[in-house]
Amino acid sequence: MQPPDKNKLKMYTRRATLLSGGMLLLSSALVGRMYYLQVTSRSQYELLAERNRISMRLLSPTRGDILDRFGREIATSTTDYRVNVIPEETEGLQETLKALAEYLPISDGDNERIVKAAAKQRSFLPISVANNLDWKTFSKVNVNMPGLPGIQPDVGTSRFYPERELAAHLIGYVGAVNEEEAAADPDPLLELPEFKIGKNGIEKILDNKLRGSAGNSKVEVNVLGRVIRELSRQDSIPGEDVRLTIDLEIQKFAANRVRYESAAIVVMDVHSGELLGVASTPSFDPNDFNGGISQRKWDSLRFDIRKPLINKAVSGQYSPGSTFKMIVALAGLEAGLIKAEDTKFCGARYTLGNRIFHCWNKNGHGNINVTQAIAQSCDVYFYRLARDLGIEKIHNMAARFGLGERFNIGIMSEARGINPSEEWKFGYTGERWQGGDTINVGIGQGYVSMTPLQLAVMGARMVNGGKRVLPKIFLDERVEYEEPESMGINPEHLKIVVQGMDDVYNHQRGTAFAHRARGKDYKIGGKTGTTQVVRISMAQRQEGLRDIEDIEWIQRDHALFIGYGPVEAPKYSVAVLVEHGGGGSSVASPIARDVLEFLLDRDLAAEEASRPGQEV
Amino acid sequence: MPLSARIGDHKRKNLRQKLSGLNWFIVFIIVCVAGIGFAMLYSVAGGSIDPWAKNHFIRFLIGLSALVIIAVVDIRVWMFLAYPFYALALVMLVIVDIMGAMGKGSQRWLDIGIMNIQPSELMKIALVMALARYYHCLSEEDTLKLKSLIKPIIMIGLPAVLVLRQPDLGTTLLIIMGGIALLFAAGVRMWLFVVNMIAMMPAAFGAWQFLQPYQKQRVLTFLDPEKDPLGAGYHIIQSKIALGSGGVYGKGFIQGTQSQLNFLPEKHTDFIFTVIAEELGLIGGLSLLALYFILLAYAMIVSVSVKSQFGRLLILGMVITFFLYIFINIAMVMGLVPVVGVPLPLVSYGGSAMLTLLIGFGFILSADIHKETSIPRGGAFA
Repeated sequence: MQPPDKNKLKMYTRRATLLSGGMLLLSSALVGRMYYLQVTSRSQYELLAERNRISMRLLSPTRGDILDRFGREIATSTTDYRVNVIPEETEGLQETLKALAEYLPISDGDNERIVKAAAKQRSFLPISVANNLDWKTFSKVNVNMPGLPGIQPDVGTSRFYPERELAAHLIGYVGAVNEEEAAADPDPLLELPEFKIGKNGIEKILDNKLRGSAGNSKVEVNVLGRVIRELSRQDSIPGEDVRLTIDLEIQKFAANRVRYESAAIVVMDVHSGELLGVASTPSFDPNDFNGGISQRKWDSLRFDIRKPLINKAVSGQYSPGSTFKMIVALAGLEAGLIKAEDTKFCGARYTLGNRIFHCWNKNGHGNINVTQAIAQSCDVYFYRLARDLGIEKIHNMAARFGLGERFNIGIMSEARGINPSEEWKFGYTGERWQGGDTINVGIGQGYVSMTPLQLAVMGARMVNGGKRVLPKIFLDERVEYEEPESMGINPEHLKIVVQGMDDVYNHQRGTAFAHRARGKDYKIGGKTGTTQVVRISMAQRQEGLRDIEDIEWIQRDHALFIGYGPVEAPKYSVAVLVEHGGGGSSVASPIARDVLEFLLDRDLAAEEASRPGQEV
Repeated sequence: MPLSARIGDHKRKNLRQKLSGLNWFIVFIIVCVAGIGFAMLYSVAGGSIDPWAKNHFIRFLIGLSALVIIAVVDIRVWMFLAYPFYALALVMLVIVDIMGAMGKGSQRWLDIGIMNIQPSELMKIALVMALARYYHCLSEEDTLKLKSLIKPIIMIGLPAVLVLRQPDLGTTLLIIMGGIALLFAAGVRMWLFVVNMIAMMPAAFGAWQFLQPYQKQRVLTFLDPEKDPLGAGYHIIQSKIALGSGGVYGKGFIQGTQSQLNFLPEKHTDFIFTVIAEELGLIGGLSLLALYFILLAYAMIVSVSVKSQFGRLLILGMVITFFLYIFINIAMVMGLVPVVGVPLPLVSYGGSAMLTLLIGFGFILSADIHKETSIPRGGAFA
């Protein structure tokens, strides 16, 4: 009926077939592409997909505590009450901060920092508003949470030193990781923004032990980085606690006793070598370093002439002065040059060539034996003895008592001191050893220098029967106590010297007789030392310029004392150093006495308490 | 005189006969495809029918009703209404264009009170109907004449320019390609297409100047997505990662890490195929393609047995439109063509496109039911 239409159908069928073929061709391209993406390149895209969604979060461990010998906390981690704000959840950041300001102070600087951070980071990430809040403020914020949208109270940990400046030099402090530290240490923890590492003292030396190791949390994040869920978790391993030999009570007493001085006190058990107290003043508050110390505070510490940042107990090197006389005496006894009853004459001065060496006692001591020479600290006796001995014998004896030796006990910047010898002087100054040098060393002046720690060790070895005790700062219960080896010094000789130390306090002509322990069931002993910081000329001496009030503080003598007690059965060695304190007997010996009395009274009280109760 | 009475057809079927003549297998396949869409929208919402799956379902029911109604209405009615529809769609496009010019920025929607209408969607159907009617009424001789091409080119060109001004590059391309395919099927001389191709090149260059910066960016990004991985290339890269990591069997329903964690952009609309491929793997993707294939292959087979040129061209036009949607969308998410905003038929979330496609299938099924109806060249009611 309509032939043209028949042709139309034919044409349509042909063209439709062509189009269908085209569509099929294109479809097969799709299938091929799907196969390529999902089968051929699958593993590559799987990897990319994982990288997209998996994020590893480090879990920082709790830092180990530093404890005293009885487990009392010296450094610990405390809960830190913080308040953060999540901009996304606020109904306007400014409004929320304004509302929050009713409960805690927010400075303009804080405000600016928060606004800046909010502009920079993703809005669901918390921004710190305040740290270290007290519980009252923190709970106030918590109670008022309904009116503070976007505010997030948070509890973290931060380092806390409950005893503040008491043991700061020993413990050190923690601080933020700097670039060098991060580069040197592959531990991933160091990359955490809030992570703190030991910067000084034991915190630094034992950082690896205290630090613990990182845990990790594998989390799934979405495209914005928001955590959706935790996939796996490996908890962090907390740092180990560190037990010190320090007795916090002793530390406290010692530090407080010299609080207003520039001083150091070392208290040591003469048998075990355990250090019971290592104080250095003035000190600083290690808590100040936690969040980064302010420049003003830092400068005031740095530029203080009394050097609060230096641990004088182990880093300070001082001429031992008269406390060195025991070494010279022992050297003489051991060398057979003197006997207990031998006397030497002190006429207040000693001449070597054209040099005149004075005794502190302008009247002279007359004929005096070794015990008396120690008790009365006669200078001329030791000038003569040193001259007879020569530097080598003195050097060797001093070395046996730890002089010139670094004990490496685990305290930062332990100094070695100087135990001078002919080679040492030549190597150090390029000059030959002079006879006068030996004379000076004979009374602990001149080239010889020691740290308070070395003084305490020297005293301990002197009174413990000549055993080579080594100082210890870490209490390790796993290591059994081992009696230190004997140094092979004749006990008779030691007895003679220790008698001299006994007499320093307890003989009426002893240099510290005025400051002896009175009314006690025990006796204490020791040796004074006064070392000249500035050489005072004979002329000044004649003019009576010795009055310390006339000399600037910085020019005053250092006062030293090595004490021990009880005399009956020596247990503690105490070294006291007061920088520019004046005389060893007037300034240092009362301090040593007070410390020793504190120690011994406490022991007596404990003994009393442990004795079975007696019925009245 | 009622319209139906004017159709003097002795072979007229009643409604029941028509409904039983409806190819329910095809309706079932359509429901299956929409069901996949429903499931995937449930998945991308993290396992919730809100906010997308529920709406998708409701819209599908509306669209499906429209499909059935359109299918049972006599094809001659549709032929009669082809030009009026086209005119209406064109007017709506002009209105949208004017409103856009009045400073409301990119304007694609027309609020007619009860719903928002996207005139460009309507135009896709109207253009197919109008061209089908035009070629139905043209004698075979005239079809081959060059001057007969003037009207169709205007019919295609007017809406294409209006839609490009919206600006909607994807729909513009769909309209032009659909139109050209229809001309081809109608029997326009083959060499004309070759000439057109050559002529298109400077035109394409001209169109490039016409494009909005973001559209140019899309094309440039397509050419080298890795150049700007966090910027404009992000969509394509993330889509390929999600798709490729799905593998053969997929990561499991609602287990697609990339889509569930929002690494995938536009996951409920243009990139829904990526979600299917990630969660259901190659198997899921191919299954969906197979369903589409059944639909389109059936329609093509039916078209050759349709008596009227209008019916045949109507089916073919709808099939081409349908195919272009599928092809461009899937090729886009796999990084084969630039990112243009083309949804995946019946699966992507969005009412207008779904309505268009269901209406389109309504016409296909109408032509199927009325395939025995022959219409004189002069028109249904001439």
